Amino acid sequence: MPVEPPVVSPRTLPEAYALLAAEAYRPVAGCTDLLVQIAGEMGEPPERVLDIWRLDELRGIRVESDALVIGALTTYTEIRRSPLIGEFLPAFAEAAVTIGAVQIQNRGTIGGNAMNASPAGDMLPLLLACDAQLVAGSAAGERSVAALDFWPAYRRTALAPSELLLRISIPLVPGRQVRYRKIGTRRAQAISKVVMALAWQSDADARSPWRNVHLALGSVAAVPIRAARTEAVLEGAPPTEVVADRAASTLADEIEPIDDVRSSADYRRAVAARVLHRLIRDEGRW
Amino acid sequence: MSYRFVVNGDPVEVEVPGMRRLLDVLREDLSLTGTKEGCGEGECGACSVLLDGMVVDSCLVPVCQVEGSTVRTVEALADGAALNDLQAAFLETGGAQCGICTPGMLLAGEAFLASGANATDAAIREAIAGNLCRCTGYTKIVEAIALAAERRRAPTGPESPA
Repeated sequence: MPVEPPVVSPRTLPEAYALLAAEAYRPVAGCTDLLVQIAGEMGEPPERVLDIWRLDELRGIRVESDALVIGALTTYTEIRRSPLIGEFLPAFAEAAVTIGAVQIQNRGTIGGNAMNASPAGDMLPLLLACDAQLVAGSAAGERSVAALDFWPAYRRTALAPSELLLRISIPLVPGRQVRYRKIGTRRAQAISKVVMALAWQSDADARSPWRNVHLALGSVAAVPIRAARTEAVLEGAPPTEVVADRAASTLADEIEPIDDVRSSADYRRAVAARVLHRLIRDEGRW
Repeated sequence: MSYRFVVNGDPVEVEVPGMRRLLDVLREDLSLTGTKEGCGEGECGACSVLLDGMVVDSCLVPVCQVEGSTVRTVEALADGAALNDLQAAFLETGGAQCGICTPGMLLAGEAFLASGANATDAAIREAIAGNLCRCTGYTKIVEAIALAAERRRAPTGPESPA
């Protein structure tokens, strides 16, 4: 049987904060990453585990003033079924459908995805493209970290060991469009080769120019990234063929993917460019 | 630590480390070996069980998170020697070949049937997308779930062939 590190299951947030303040723990939610890491002997198993699954205040989806707030323990199944997600951020439900299959969607959480900090994390480009704020808590209080600052290095987050991710707040911007694309070996159970989220604002007309363009990608760098040079090509431009050609070639230059077991750098570069091109074509209806 | 939950209708209490996988608790501590270990990393679905009615990979659930919950395994489906309707449908369509994926397929199928979703080919295939059949007998498995869905919708329908 795999290694079974000691575990504590606090029932309240203050209890969890006190434990984290005293000793180093690996917090876990649905365990769909940790138990794979332990069983596969990927790195040292954690010395101690903090099971936060029972902290029900970290669950659920609600609208708060001008933001959609998703609790860190909200599962992909809950995201798929949420009427609020369907109304305000349907791209999040589209992304949740692509993660694992039913068994994983029933257990995996958006907070776990953020804290696991994989460059291939399926939800993370959406958080970047939508200017999400990630709210952390500790015995010292709460603080908010912008998605852009949340993954500073490979498999690292901006949180201190004494902090827990509590919720993710996504500003609701009138007229914002969000699209999500994931390329994997098969539809279910695939870690992405490339994952992409694109957000922009424009008038209803398919020929009107895009504003506030945010393009984010996963699996093309050591951390999930925004593609600033490609965004600059798209900013203020309408979704025409000329613009799509320029944006696609800029993106192929801009990203620096690697060869690994899932794909090659060349393929990732080519497919990222093609997916973006197709997406712009779909929006421009040409 | 001691953890209490309900397995197949029976209350159980186990004295085990909290990070022990539900899979190991079922097979090693409770001797319920109907649940199979395939990959041990959430890829194959062979260890699927229902946890509070939701299908999960029991290799990815630590028992500390099962406290107070209800677990259903493949052992709960038949009534003695009488197979339930989904198991019978697997038998009729040839949905079971080598058998290692079958318990997981049955539980994923049960979760799908319980959801009340329309049993289209695409919906069934999505419902078992987390379950690998290494005999690649997917067509017959899909047929079995569709057959059981049809019979649950129309329980007084045509008699099944003898």
